[in-house]
Amino acid sequence: MNMEMVKLTIDKKEVEVPEGTTIYKAARKAGIEIPVLCYMDLGDLNIEHKPGGCRICVVEVEGRRNLAPSCSTEVYEGMKVHTHTIRVLNARQTVMELLLSDHPKDCLICPKSGNCDLQELAIKMGVREIHNQDIAEVSTYRTDFSPAIIRDMNKCIMCRRCETMCNELQTVGALSAINRGFMSVVAPAFEMDLEDSVCTYCGQCVAVCPTGALTEVDHTHRLIRDLSNPAKTVIVQTAPAVRAALGEEFGLPPGTLVTGKMVAALRRLGFKYVFDTDFSADLTIMEEGTELLDRLTKHLRGDKSVRLPILTSCCPGWVNFFEAQFTDMLDIPSTARSPQQMFGAIAKTYFADKIRVKRDNLIVVSIMPCLAKKYECTRDEFKVDGNPDVDYSISTRELAHLIKKANIEFNTLPDEDFDLPLGESTGAGVIFGATGGVIEAAIRTAYELYTNKKLPRIDFHELRGMDGIREAVIDFDGLSINIGIAHGLGNARKLLEDIRNGKNHYHAIEIMACPGGCIGGGGQPLHHGNFGILKKRMEAIYREDATKSIRKSHENPYIIKLYEEFLGKPMSERSHKLLHTHYVDKSKKIIYI
Amino acid sequence: MSRIKVELKKKDVDTIREICRSFSNNPDELINVLHKIQHAFGYLPAEVQEVVARELRIAVAKVYGVVTFYSFFSMVPKGRHPISVCTGTACYVRGAENVLSEFRKELNIDVGETTPDGRFSISCLRCVGACGLAPVVMVGEKTYGRVSPEMVRDIIREYEGQ
Repeated sequence: MNMEMVKLTIDKKEVEVPEGTTIYKAARKAGIEIPVLCYMDLGDLNIEHKPGGCRICVVEVEGRRNLAPSCSTEVYEGMKVHTHTIRVLNARQTVMELLLSDHPKDCLICPKSGNCDLQELAIKMGVREIHNQDIAEVSTYRTDFSPAIIRDMNKCIMCRRCETMCNELQTVGALSAINRGFMSVVAPAFEMDLEDSVCTYCGQCVAVCPTGALTEVDHTHRLIRDLSNPAKTVIVQTAPAVRAALGEEFGLPPGTLVTGKMVAALRRLGFKYVFDTDFSADLTIMEEGTELLDRLTKHLRGDKSVRLPILTSCCPGWVNFFEAQFTDMLDIPSTARSPQQMFGAIAKTYFADKIRVKRDNLIVVSIMPCLAKKYECTRDEFKVDGNPDVDYSISTRELAHLIKKANIEFNTLPDEDFDLPLGESTGAGVIFGATGGVIEAAIRTAYELYTNKKLPRIDFHELRGMDGIREAVIDFDGLSINIGIAHGLGNARKLLEDIRNGKNHYHAIEIMACPGGCIGGGGQPLHHGNFGILKKRMEAIYREDATKSIRKSHENPYIIKLYEEFLGKPMSERSHKLLHTHYVDKSKKIIYI
Repeated sequence: MSRIKVELKKKDVDTIREICRSFSNNPDELINVLHKIQHAFGYLPAEVQEVVARELRIAVAKVYGVVTFYSFFSMVPKGRHPISVCTGTACYVRGAENVLSEFRKELNIDVGETTPDGRFSISCLRCVGACGLAPVVMVGEKTYGRVSPEMVRDIIREYEGQ
């Protein structure tokens, strides 16, 4: 690339950067960290959010009348920038005071306390007084409760990061800035509740919110109550991506696998049985893989009633997305329920019978990297006489809080194993946590079922990685299977539009709503847009897979037993009842009040 | 929020589509599209915004964001005689606020509302480019200059029976 270089000085330091670079980025290059608030750089996703709205990042530029927002001002040859003159510091202080004058001051009881960009900056700047607070107007807006996300717009500082995530990255279009000036907030169309909007609960907005304006629905209090109730048997399942990120909340480096410590912590919290969603991920593969082969063989035989590609259906954010925005395609995703829901359905039938506990007295909790899971388990399809298969779901972040609250020294815990039978899993189950993992797991099983031959290799590196849309051709002993993979709903939209326009030649497609797959989920420890962290988590997931003695779902002995004792075979009548679902056209509900 | 429910007829949807098409369904033309549609319908109810979003292939939340940002756009039907009080800098310092509150008192409605008989509505606008006549009020296409609160009742009376 032939790029003109520009020389400038920042705080008397000389810097040389390519033309078009912002002052903020040039300063970073020079080792000068200018404070920012609304700004967000999601480097690898090619999204740089720089609305220049909050004015915290202002700097003085010689020869310029007013202060310049460094996040959105480009450098020029010979520019002289000063990042901490008295004028700059005064301006920042005023901006901060103005922001805080219209922000609740009940930090001590805010769910974001200790993890809040606004709080952190206020501490750094040493704000000790808000001038004229007594005469300041304070804007108020109703709080919006949905099954997964809470919007408390009184805490919104209009950085509009959530809007960028929702519209540019995810292309969901649920959130937009509305109204003007003091009255402006970020809200769904016509200020409807999130629950009535096109929101998918992917939680990417929550993941980047710098304050407590967007938070998850917290179920930890309910969990503590249930755990202390002797009449209830409380069991837990943990999603694959949790073990690759939970350690970060306890100061461990990203990519540390804490599977054993997590199990130990859950046992100490009082769960009667600690099980693994990886088990039901294996079960998902049995059902989804069989469905894929069934549709594929029918299609190859020329059955016109069968549509391809088949799309994965494990990701509830993705399910919500197509139910609201691609309602003409409700018949192409697999009917297989997600691993979370398969686990619940098996736990409250097969397992409840085994331990002779009545359904109503068995509480199934899930630990998920995801906020959409909170909504998924409330869906009517996943209830029996009003009793949900999964009672509630808590996020990785909530689990970390709970462990701290319970005074458990996480880092010194011994490594413990999951309980049986629903805690046994294969490497195929664990890779569900990373983009490409579900389809790789499905191929490991579908290949052997289809060809009746042993897989020549287990690792499909061509399916892995961080590119937003990937494709690969897998040879099924002479039959070429075209695979598509997308993560992030914006990428999913591209693939779906291709399918709709008949430009698609895939047999099977895996879609995950969040960047990186579940490892980048809306319920994970905040990564602040640092993709390096996601890559580390991904490596951890594949590391766990590589160390498993069994790496194909259909070889999981407890899955084999489950079919022998209870389900019969994949896609049997009982499987259909317990492990499959149908999709709902939500567009009617959404349009418009 | 409270709002008026509207059932769009096929002819209305066709009109909206036609206007969108005249701007090549270009999402960058959203403001111009909304201007034209408001001119045709008198206001921009949610159902209209929904069609616009679909035609321009943008999120309806974005359309709503623009409609609520610009004071010119309205989600309620304007009165037959829409009253616009300029609250731009020049008009403001020469007492537009008092004129505005007199209109609100006389008509018993707030800014952005329409009288129950559908005759008058009040909105604010920012500068009509006649600062020499400040404070300025427009009723429909007619402009009134140097308006004082005392003149408000007479202005309203001009439209009696209409």
